[in-house]
Amino acid sequence: MVQQLTELDQEVDKIIGKYQGDRSALIQVLIEVQREKRWLPKDALKQVSQRLGVALTQIYHIATFYKAFSLKPRGRHSVTVCLGTACQVRGAPRLLDNITQTLKIDPDETSADEQFSLDTARCLGCCAIGPVMVVDGEYYGKPSRKEIDQIISAKEIET
Amino acid sequence: MPRLNSAADLVRLRRQILDKDNGKRVVSVTNGTDGRTRNSEAVVQAFINEIRKQGLAGKLIVKSTGCHGFCEKEPTALILPEEICYVGVKPEDVPEIVSQTLAKGKIIDRLLYQDPVSGQRITSEYEIPFYESQNQTVLGNNRFLDMQKIDDYIALGGYSALAEALFEMTPEQVIEEVKSSGLRGRGGAGFPTGRKWEFCHQAPGEPKYVIVNCDEGDPGAYMDRSLMEGNPHGVLEGLLIGAYAIGASDAYIYVRAEYPLAVENVDTAIRQTEGYGLLGQNILGSGFNFKVHVHRGAGAFVCGEETALIASLEGRIGEPRQRPPFPATSGLWGKPTNINNVETWANVPLIINRGAKWFRSLGTERSKGTKIFSLVGKLQNTGLVEAPMGMTLGDIVFNIGGGIPDGKKFKAVQTGGPSGGVIPESLLNTPVDYEELSKLGAIMGSGGMIVMDEDTCLVDVARYFLNFLAGESCGKCVPCREGIYQMLKILDRICEGNGREGDIELLEEIGETVRDFSLCALGRTAPNPVLSTIRYFRDEYEAHIKEKRCPALACKELISYYIEPDKCQACLICLRNCPAEAITGDKKTVHIIDQEKCTRCGTCLEVCPPRFGAVTKLDRVKVPEPVRQKTAVIRK
Repeated sequence: MVQQLTELDQEVDKIIGKYQGDRSALIQVLIEVQREKRWLPKDALKQVSQRLGVALTQIYHIATFYKAFSLKPRGRHSVTVCLGTACQVRGAPRLLDNITQTLKIDPDETSADEQFSLDTARCLGCCAIGPVMVVDGEYYGKPSRKEIDQIISAKEIET
Repeated sequence: MPRLNSAADLVRLRRQILDKDNGKRVVSVTNGTDGRTRNSEAVVQAFINEIRKQGLAGKLIVKSTGCHGFCEKEPTALILPEEICYVGVKPEDVPEIVSQTLAKGKIIDRLLYQDPVSGQRITSEYEIPFYESQNQTVLGNNRFLDMQKIDDYIALGGYSALAEALFEMTPEQVIEEVKSSGLRGRGGAGFPTGRKWEFCHQAPGEPKYVIVNCDEGDPGAYMDRSLMEGNPHGVLEGLLIGAYAIGASDAYIYVRAEYPLAVENVDTAIRQTEGYGLLGQNILGSGFNFKVHVHRGAGAFVCGEETALIASLEGRIGEPRQRPPFPATSGLWGKPTNINNVETWANVPLIINRGAKWFRSLGTERSKGTKIFSLVGKLQNTGLVEAPMGMTLGDIVFNIGGGIPDGKKFKAVQTGGPSGGVIPESLLNTPVDYEELSKLGAIMGSGGMIVMDEDTCLVDVARYFLNFLAGESCGKCVPCREGIYQMLKILDRICEGNGREGDIELLEEIGETVRDFSLCALGRTAPNPVLSTIRYFRDEYEAHIKEKRCPALACKELISYYIEPDKCQACLICLRNCPAEAITGDKKTVHIIDQEKCTRCGTCLEVCPPRFGAVTKLDRVKVPEPVRQKTAVIRK
């Protein structure tokens, strides 16, 4: 446990160091912590607060305002369904239904085994190929039920 | 990388690049975010490998480019100088393209675009109907530029507008040129760009900042992403010219979190520009110093609003503030700041190169130049369209977009994202222009154009946008935070069949309050989707409220799925696929949907073989009684 904590310290410190303790870089620091840890653990936020000299309440203010941040642990694999207007009129709600059925979790949830997190996006800007799903940074346009199952089971095997 | 110390150095470098690549055939493969969903990275790699394998290395150039516009047909391979265009290219097509087209100039028929109407194969990209009536002055360069190579941009004459501004023009002359071009902000509000620059130029205070707004939040709009991915130098050059005119020393490029490739490409572009001395100290030996920083957004629609964006850059939450003071006098860190959208910046080098008079020759009286639209939704051809201002909506939807697929009827086009409105068929001859669209209760916005067919319910569309806005309202002012929420609640109940007499008037009343009293443009424009759908499709609202009926058969709570006993072939497909296990029947018995169990997900309609077409959607109130078991047996 102790060892884990020091490891965490270093990673977060490295990120803060990159921005030379610049307080205005707070959001950029949090984005990188989020990317590194997949969420914003309380210990990491306390550390950011101390090193940048920003009150913890201010950090929570930001962490709860922007959509990119999560204050809950997230799964190893991230699945995002775009609900932008173009995707919406081309069947995004159906796609989302299919994925919730496959993953057995609702949007904004993480599976109990911490394998998958499901999110919705406002618009991913790939409107011509919608409805769009993104799995771990890979984009898929108009995936069928079968393709979704294949993509998800490939990810399950991966871990 | 040699540092360029004068305008002459730039000219020399350009000549060197052109000499090096002279006479070589080029294959440019679209490899932006859209292309990558269809394996374009593998296509690019296949070209590189295959060219080496066939011993043609050094004679051919492979370019990995941003989107050309017709995203739906990507990956595209465009072969230059012949302009042969292959669409939907797969890695396995590459060996043949290399051995036939690249080596011998022979055209492979099956890879050409096929016109869906005439069935004719089209060789040149420009002759594809989707491109034919476009005028791609800004977006058009994407096809000649490798996304990560500054030399490609310089070969096209890139940074020569900067050199001209720095050495031939005073800052005031640059501003005058932009003012006289008539360029207006491409991000939504349409404020004259030159005047905005002038305010900031004249404002007291040092240092001054310039900002690129690439927080392209409108759902259904992605022109800024395509420019940022495909032609980051075009944006940077515009930014440099603007900074010189305004007297700014630092710039921030605010890119939304959802655009990782745009961030990557703009980062690369900045490094390369610094390498040539086109950014940094003493640019081209002119004495002008300028630094550019990239800021990744963390996901908040409201950050597209300029004061919220500035707050976010300062490391705070993205809450807008009252204007005045405008950012031109008090912006980032309280200093004079000028913010323009990506597409606006990208237009600047063109104006300096070709002159304000040329720019003015395009467009309408008050809206000059071209505009990039993302033409998406229920359309034959979807993608990015760049057309001169003043083209009619109908021309864009039908000539460029190819009309509505699957024999369906056009219903409406939604412009301007959540701040915009819908425009019905009767007004399709409206020319696209800032003022004309406002008159109809819609806006130009950033250029999103979402086409809807007869299967789309406009009440549901209004609900969709309000739901979006309710989630994105920052919560600072009451009219926006509470008003949108109340409107959403009313729309929810209308769509669920619980609408009340007077709800339409109530929506109008709250909508007008939100419009008139919200702090920023998010709130002030939020009622547009509701008010414009009421204006043009009031009968749909009334059908929902009075008859508990959704005319488009889209609102889940007001429809039922029904299996027509005469058409059902008892094939078990829908029965096996129904996730709610709501379908009964067996091999020889007509299938029946248990309306109580049915979740109206639509799976049965989707899987029923088209040759049977037994599943239909009906008004909730009109579902016939299920057939009796005896008559349900199919004897064949």
